[in-house]
Amino acid sequence: MVALASIGDGLSRCLTTPPVEATAAFQQNAAMLHLRDISKSYDGQPALSPTDLHIASGSTTVLIGPSGCGKSTLLRLIVGLVRPDSGTVTFRGEPMSAQNILLARQRMGYVIQEGGLFPHMRVRDNVILMARYLRRDTGWIEARLEELTDLVHLSMHLMDRYPSELSGGQRQRVSLMRALMLDPELLLLDEPLGALDPMIRYQLQQELRAIFAGLGKTVVMVTHDIAEAAFFADKLVLLRSGRIVQQGSIAELARSPADSFVTEFINAQRGPFEALGEVLA
Amino acid sequence: MNSAHLAWPCRPGHAVVAVVLVLVSFCQGVASGAEQVSIGSKSFTESVVLGEMLHLLAADAGAQADHLRQMGGTRILWEALLSGEIDAYPEYTGTLIQEILKGQVVDGKDELREALAVHGLRMGPELGFNNSYAIGMRRERAAQLGLRDISDLRELPDLALGFGNEFLDRADGWRGLQQHYSLPQADVRGMDHDLAYRGLASGALDATDLYTTDAEIAFYGLVALADDRDYFPTYQAVILYRADLQDRSPEVVTAFSRLAGRIDAAAMSAMNARVKLEGVAESRVAADFLAAELDVQAQLVGRSAWAGFWRNTREHLALVGISLSAAILFAVPLGVAASRSQAAGRLILSVAGILQTIPSLALFVFMIPLLGIGGPPAIAALFLYSLLPIVQNTHAGLEDIPSPIVESAAALGLPGRARLRLVELPLATRSILAGIKTSAVINVGTATLAALIGAGGYGQPILTGIRLADTGLILQGAVPAAALALIVQGGFGVIERRLLPAAAMDTKAG
Ligand SMILES: Nc1ncnc2c1ncn2[C@@H]1O[C@H](COP(=O)(O)OP(=O)(O)O)[C@@H](O)[C@H]1O
Ligand SMILES: [Mg+2]
Repeated sequence: MVALASIGDGLSRCLTTPPVEATAAFQQNAAMLHLRDISKSYDGQPALSPTDLHIASGSTTVLIGPSGCGKSTLLRLIVGLVRPDSGTVTFRGEPMSAQNILLARQRMGYVIQEGGLFPHMRVRDNVILMARYLRRDTGWIEARLEELTDLVHLSMHLMDRYPSELSGGQRQRVSLMRALMLDPELLLLDEPLGALDPMIRYQLQQELRAIFAGLGKTVVMVTHDIAEAAFFADKLVLLRSGRIVQQGSIAELARSPADSFVTEFINAQRGPFEALGEVLA
Repeated sequence: MNSAHLAWPCRPGHAVVAVVLVLVSFCQGVASGAEQVSIGSKSFTESVVLGEMLHLLAADAGAQADHLRQMGGTRILWEALLSGEIDAYPEYTGTLIQEILKGQVVDGKDELREALAVHGLRMGPELGFNNSYAIGMRRERAAQLGLRDISDLRELPDLALGFGNEFLDRADGWRGLQQHYSLPQADVRGMDHDLAYRGLASGALDATDLYTTDAEIAFYGLVALADDRDYFPTYQAVILYRADLQDRSPEVVTAFSRLAGRIDAAAMSAMNARVKLEGVAESRVAADFLAAELDVQAQLVGRSAWAGFWRNTREHLALVGISLSAAILFAVPLGVAASRSQAAGRLILSVAGILQTIPSLALFVFMIPLLGIGGPPAIAALFLYSLLPIVQNTHAGLEDIPSPIVESAAALGLPGRARLRLVELPLATRSILAGIKTSAVINVGTATLAALIGAGGYGQPILTGIRLADTGLILQGAVPAAALALIVQGGFGVIERRLLPAAAMDTKAG
């Protein structure tokens, strides 16, 4: 077991660490995000053990693993909501620090399970808050708002409601609009569909994938559902107890699992999902 | 962007600052004035009547005089005189020796004058009466038992005695008297002093303690037994004034000295009775006395009930308005600071909590050495008293914001101050407003105590009403104070509904 895990670790390092002699230009083009030796503990309990991760521009990466394995912590470290105990996050070739994190966040969009909409603001104000704060042109803001409303299939008249007056699915669409408002290069989604009922969830999965494909953005998404992961991912990153166990396509994980946990995790959710069968075929 | 939410933290802020500045300048305008002579009086009728006399005499002598009526007890008047807040007030030699200069051996009037000179104070001539403790009985009862002196009580061990609780407890009260005269009475009860008078009237009691100038002496037909073995210290009424008054307004000091020896105990008791039992204004009683005895025709400025009411209202609103505005300006940032760091939070909340545990009356009195008497110390005390609910509710309101909302605001790239202004404070508004409402209601009620340190307000008629046992007068202060508290409460309800639409405050549906 131990041997297998360390092989898996080594494998993942090989896969994710770019060659040392990579040029800055290469990093800018290829590496949207690069986590090096990043770790975080809460009260002495490691939530994330020292981890390396490389996210290529334009790719969709899905973080997956059992509840509590550190997926959200990883995402929070990227967006700087949590300070790492060790290691660095490099975003578009630049190491993140307290000085540049605010600017960096404006080039990231972050969506969480509960939506995190501001209850005291109308939907419209939620979406355009940051653009307003940055004093973007009013015409531009209006145009962008309409464009995003179309993109997420919401009607304009919902813009004047408060979040509490929307359904769960509508709230997640608004949350996505807010994340996309400033046209970020990187989208970070933490179980964006986790709180929705299956029908809505299925519909939004389809729409989201179409949106990602159309926008060509770099996406890092968290889910604990292997079928959803397979549906979205160019690359899956499977975590367990704060460590990356294996990363690669779903086919790679299924065909050459790094250890028995990988197989168990895939098989545990395999049965009912046709989508998974399609992908594996 | 809903402009109401964005503008919230700045607009009321400016208004509050403006209000504070206006009110502060208003207060200073009232308090300043170059050639003024300020008279003070303690919180009982006799002192107020004598204070009115000094006030009228000073005005008659050409000074721009005012009278801070019933400012409080001995300590407060003494401190006010030392600090120059007032220039003169009526005092008693016994009080000076027993209470104020306690610990110093002061023997005789010359030594007393010397001791006062050290403090930059002078003592005018005695006014002519000794307001001391005495043992009083109904005139017929005393005649029936053949009693004239306190010594005579030794022969009658079965007399029923009832004393005010203070007299019973004091070492120099009943216990000392009993020893001094070897009195045998065992049936001795402590009670409220007013009840003791009624006990005498009904025959349930034979004798009680009284002051030699009490209004009740005339009313109940009482007689004071002579202190034939000189047990009670003398409490000669005198005028105490600042030494610098002699230089600033010698005419006023001369005018004061005209009272020397002019008021005997019977005259004082009669004047007290006119105020307490007939409800005549102290200024009227004082003016009548001056006209009859000194041929001073005083100009009484008639004050209608309405004028008094508006004045109390103005003062009360100023006390509440300034102290509450200042408390909001301080407490909201403190609450924010408390929610930013755990250590700061613990410190801030516990200090504010400790302030709240100080009894409000004590807090008012603590302010006197620092800020004197009148508006400023009262406002400072009310300010301190108003902090805790606002700090606590600001802190709680910010802590209660669900973390996904806080994180979402941060993840947008908003700087901390913008997050606070745009997201966190608006979401904490309900809680902050509730804190301000609590503070405001407490403040309106507590401000009635400000009258005790000379700051006026609705407490003024309450205080006078208590002193004169005049329920109507008490209600003139208590009813508007209660109404103001209700108005404040209702006003905050309206603000809440205006500022916070129900759908907008549903934090569960993020
Ligand atoms: N703010 C926090 N304080 C203490 N422990 C935390 C905190 N956030 C996360 N953890 C712990 O870190 C571990 C990883 O959490 P998380 O990243 O949220 O897991 P996941 O998103 O994969 O379910 C869990 O054991 C969790 O209890
Ligand atoms: Mg999570």
